[in-house]
Amino acid sequence: MAHAQTLTEADNTRFHLTEDHHPENGTLLGFWIYLMSDCLIFAVLFACYAVLGRNYAAGPSGADLFDLPIVAVNTALLLFSSITYGFAMLSAQAKKVTPTLVWLAITGLFGLGFLSLELYEFHHLIHEGAGPQRSAFLSSFFVLVGTHGLHVTFGIIWLVTLMVQVSQRGLGVEMKRRLMCLSMFWHFLDVIWIGVFSFVYLLGVLK
Amino acid sequence: MSPDLVKTIFGRLTWDAIPFHEPILLGTFAMVALGGITVLAALTYFKVWGYLWREWLTSVDHKKIGVMYIILAIIMLLRGFADALMMRAQQALAFGDAAGYLPPHHYDQVFTAHGVIMIFFVAMPLITGLMNLVVPLQIGARDVAFPFLNNFSFWMTVGGAVTVMLSLFVGEFARTGWLAYPPLSNLAYSPDVGVDYYIWSLQIAGVGTTLSGINLIVTIVKMRAPGMSLMKMPVFTWTSLCSNVLIVASFPILTAVLALLTADRYLHTNFFTNDFGGNPMMYVNLIWIWGHPEVYILVLPAFGVFSEVVSTFCSKRLFGYSSMVYATVVITILSYLVWLHHFFTMGSGASVNSFFGITTMIISIPTGAKIFNWLFTMYRGRIRFEVPMLWTVGFMVTFVIGGMTGVLLAVPPADFVLHNSLFLIAHFHNVIIGGVVFGMFAGIVYWFPKAFGFKLDPFWGKVSFWFWQIGFFFAFMPLYVLGLMGVTRRVSHFEDPSLQIWFVIAAFGAVLILIGIIAFILQMVVGFMKREQYADVTGDPWGGRTLEWSTSSPPPAYNFAFTPVIHEIDAWHDMKQRGYERPTNGFIPIHMPKNTGAGVVMAGISIVLGFAMIWHIWWLAVISFAALIVSAIVHTFNFKRDYYIPAEEVVRIEDARTEALRSLA
Amino acid sequence: MTLSPLKKLALLPVLLALSGCDWVVMNPSGDIATQQRDLIILSTLLMLVIIIPVIFLTLFFAWKYRQSNKTAKYDPEWHHSTKLEIVIWAAPLVIIMILGAVTWTSTHLLDPYRPLDRLAPGRSAEGVKPLKVQVVALDWKWLFIYPELGVATVNELAAPVDTPIDFDLTASSVMNSFYVPALAGQIYAMPGMRTKLHAVINKPGTFDGFSANYSGEGFSHMRFKFHGMSKAEFDKWAADVRKSDGRLDGTRYLVLEKPSEKVPPQRFASVEAGLFDKAVNRCVEPGKMCQHDMMAIDKAGGLGMAGTTNVTTLEYDKRVRRGEGGIRSFVAALCAPKSAPAEAR
Repeated sequence: MAHAQTLTEADNTRFHLTEDHHPENGTLLGFWIYLMSDCLIFAVLFACYAVLGRNYAAGPSGADLFDLPIVAVNTALLLFSSITYGFAMLSAQAKKVTPTLVWLAITGLFGLGFLSLELYEFHHLIHEGAGPQRSAFLSSFFVLVGTHGLHVTFGIIWLVTLMVQVSQRGLGVEMKRRLMCLSMFWHFLDVIWIGVFSFVYLLGVLK
Repeated sequence: MSPDLVKTIFGRLTWDAIPFHEPILLGTFAMVALGGITVLAALTYFKVWGYLWREWLTSVDHKKIGVMYIILAIIMLLRGFADALMMRAQQALAFGDAAGYLPPHHYDQVFTAHGVIMIFFVAMPLITGLMNLVVPLQIGARDVAFPFLNNFSFWMTVGGAVTVMLSLFVGEFARTGWLAYPPLSNLAYSPDVGVDYYIWSLQIAGVGTTLSGINLIVTIVKMRAPGMSLMKMPVFTWTSLCSNVLIVASFPILTAVLALLTADRYLHTNFFTNDFGGNPMMYVNLIWIWGHPEVYILVLPAFGVFSEVVSTFCSKRLFGYSSMVYATVVITILSYLVWLHHFFTMGSGASVNSFFGITTMIISIPTGAKIFNWLFTMYRGRIRFEVPMLWTVGFMVTFVIGGMTGVLLAVPPADFVLHNSLFLIAHFHNVIIGGVVFGMFAGIVYWFPKAFGFKLDPFWGKVSFWFWQIGFFFAFMPLYVLGLMGVTRRVSHFEDPSLQIWFVIAAFGAVLILIGIIAFILQMVVGFMKREQYADVTGDPWGGRTLEWSTSSPPPAYNFAFTPVIHEIDAWHDMKQRGYERPTNGFIPIHMPKNTGAGVVMAGISIVLGFAMIWHIWWLAVISFAALIVSAIVHTFNFKRDYYIPAEEVVRIEDARTEALRSLA
Repeated sequence: MTLSPLKKLALLPVLLALSGCDWVVMNPSGDIATQQRDLIILSTLLMLVIIIPVIFLTLFFAWKYRQSNKTAKYDPEWHHSTKLEIVIWAAPLVIIMILGAVTWTSTHLLDPYRPLDRLAPGRSAEGVKPLKVQVVALDWKWLFIYPELGVATVNELAAPVDTPIDFDLTASSVMNSFYVPALAGQIYAMPGMRTKLHAVINKPGTFDGFSANYSGEGFSHMRFKFHGMSKAEFDKWAADVRKSDGRLDGTRYLVLEKPSEKVPPQRFASVEAGLFDKAVNRCVEPGKMCQHDMMAIDKAGGLGMAGTTNVTTLEYDKRVRRGEGGIRSFVAALCAPKSAPAEAR
């Protein structure tokens, strides 16, 4: 709406622009709204966990199952990946292609590390007989954490795609906008994870 | 082949899934197949495939996408209404010893499909289509914010509709009611593919709906013409904005809750099961947290249409613009605070029940204010009873009755005796037909000349209105009565013969509505045949007041040769008042988005993915899922998404219009 | 019925319409349903205060300001009037405030969980011993257990007139809604849950009862008769039921629970004590852990890693009964009776 403010009284009889008119790009706003809708999906999953999280069905509880050191490492990996993504953005702002790619690669590796640990944890739980079918608590745990993990997986696929595109096309306006979107997505997943870490793992082991 | 191998290849899909033994279905299938082959053959014969593909299927033009949404809705209306006729016939016949012609197994699918189709594949495409067609024009934009996403959203909605239609001929649809409450919809009690068809069709269409919601919000927020502050937006744009905010803030909840049901059915988790700590009541709560806003998603744009129509055809500015806007916003917010009124009978306790009952009643205050605003717009107007205005007056009379019964149902102790009864059915058809359907029909008739350059046939339009209006009362007033006689919904056979007469009256009403639907289509056919006579050269056939009427009918691909500048509410009216002259020279190249086939491809793959998941054909599911990801990635490598319409082309189009307008004068 | 003369007058057209046929919701036989009926009428009248003028004004304005009527005033710029806008917001607000107050009080007074304090207008329920009935919605029939009488019936419910009835409800498989329109409003019957309903029947007679919430294939015929009887007749009825043969124990219940349609009324002369509690807690099947035990364990933090080995499978299960094979498991009771398949995996 930049134009609205520039209209003066003299323009009062002017009913159309004669010059080319480009509305402000809406991608970031649109992506932000998408993130909020995604946030609602997580809100539902958190709500389910809040309702079902103590329904162990006479099975194991979080305190019996969760391995906090692993989760702490996991959390650290994800938090670091957010920081490295930040460095990638700084390099992108400075239009330095190679450092951007390097930081993105490091971010992706942190993400992969996070996913591997999560898969290890899931495998371990299922192996012990505490799979998602065992109780409503485990169902909501697996689906909440798993949905977050799926998001991270898509984030990594997206990240690789963007790395290819950045190496092909450099860091124009369009690529920077795409990097910005993934950046928001990545930090958003971080925020969700902090919720998961606090409400699921920390409160879970407290019993 | 070994059974194991067959199972690996085909999953649950066997020959038994094809309803060879169901004559009705087989007949329907034969007709659909014949009709489909005829259409395809005709398209090939007239060599219009290329034209269709280039100009429509791959189009990112919001106007064409809007039109395609509405065509989808009308086709699905025929299917949904066929279901309605089947139910009315069954209930009018099945008394005492007569079992009717639909066994429960079939009847239960029919009422589920009717609800799902009418809400998700008729009402939703109608409102999305109309918003797509009109909103960018009303705000003086060239297209929506994300034109490709718009095309993709449309095709995902089609994908959902195709998936529902598939269930008619391959396997079966859910027998759970349109919201598929667990535990009934869970694996233990609905082991067959019906609920899976339900889940996947809604998930595929839901992607489209959510993305289109985001798209239109950004369009309205970012792309309004200079000078159009929020409080100068046309009311339809306001209601569209609120409706899309509701879409974005509620459809993810549906997506999530259906995903949880999917997990229960595919991974054997225990969210909504009876044992292992599951909680079916949570599903009921969550789905209505989506479900109630959904009602307002549908009805708010209809309110917007009525606001535009009433002010145009009264040749008078809308009464109380600001209170109309505030009422819309209040309804938007309140719609999230009422969901529990859908299940007062679950035993939540008196305080909770009365809280939700009272919040529900509070919604009737802004709604009432809106009705009064339309009323006082008519006051001291010069009312032209064209077809859109007829629908509007019909709406005002019909809707208040539905509103009254709605408030009645919001009183918990009254709800205890009326809940799940035919009274409830009558109530929500009263508001959805009287509000949403009448509103969308008014909108279609009103904006049709804008989209196609000629008006619809008014005679058949009026026939359609009167048959719908009278048919509605015949079809649903008996249901109010039956509700007060303690008759429940979803029953396929009755013992008490004294009820029969009411069902026969209702069936008669349904036939009247059928004539109304036929007349509605005829007004298009006849309008098309007489398109020379009904042609609209001015671009402003009704004496409109908002920007869409300032451009030609149909508008050029770029909508406006120059971006309009707005000074007042009812911008076009203001321009006309102040002697605005259309620019005839100085045209410049216009930047536009390019068509793409990615949407069609990705939606097609989604259908395959859904089908594979429904029938447990895991290899196909994996392949199609991978294909979906790959096609999305490939699409992101397409950087040539726009082009310039050269100035000469703009000059050619605008000169032609100048010529046409001159010949008119 | 205690209605003011004014109300009676307003009701006249309604009553005329009712005289021809049986609008049971508008003409019930129980005190609760009667109060609910009165509430419907009162709310409708309140809303008609707004609705009738709106419909009238719509049609009147539509007619008066038609284009051909050149004598009507035309004022295209008139679009705002603060006074009028205050009125159009205030009028519905006032109605809703009144209705809201009515809603708050009536919802609390007619809360199905609240024990009755009157049998009929002016007749206190104090000192009248209520009849306890336990209701289980099965696929697709109703089981009624009378714990004080020690008998049970299927698809047949009886109660003495002017005696509070104290219903406890649950369901065996899916959600149903227990509804006798002549008696009182409905309440859901849900698996693993216990809902309550308090009601009283004031006139003897036979009334329709049914499930008001769709529950699958046999739903249309999930109906029963509710008999309101005088005290003496009820005692005789109870004695008759006691004379019938058959005892409803867990085993019999599990047979009864299997899906069946159009089930004729059945009577059981005796009932295993605590059967309803087992039904609510989903542990009629031998060896299955009861939900209240499970909840107590969960409250204490679950069973630890031992809890991964206490899952066993049902001998038969509901998926089998609704048409498809497959095995479903359940949590085994800690101390299962010998007959149970309690082998831990």
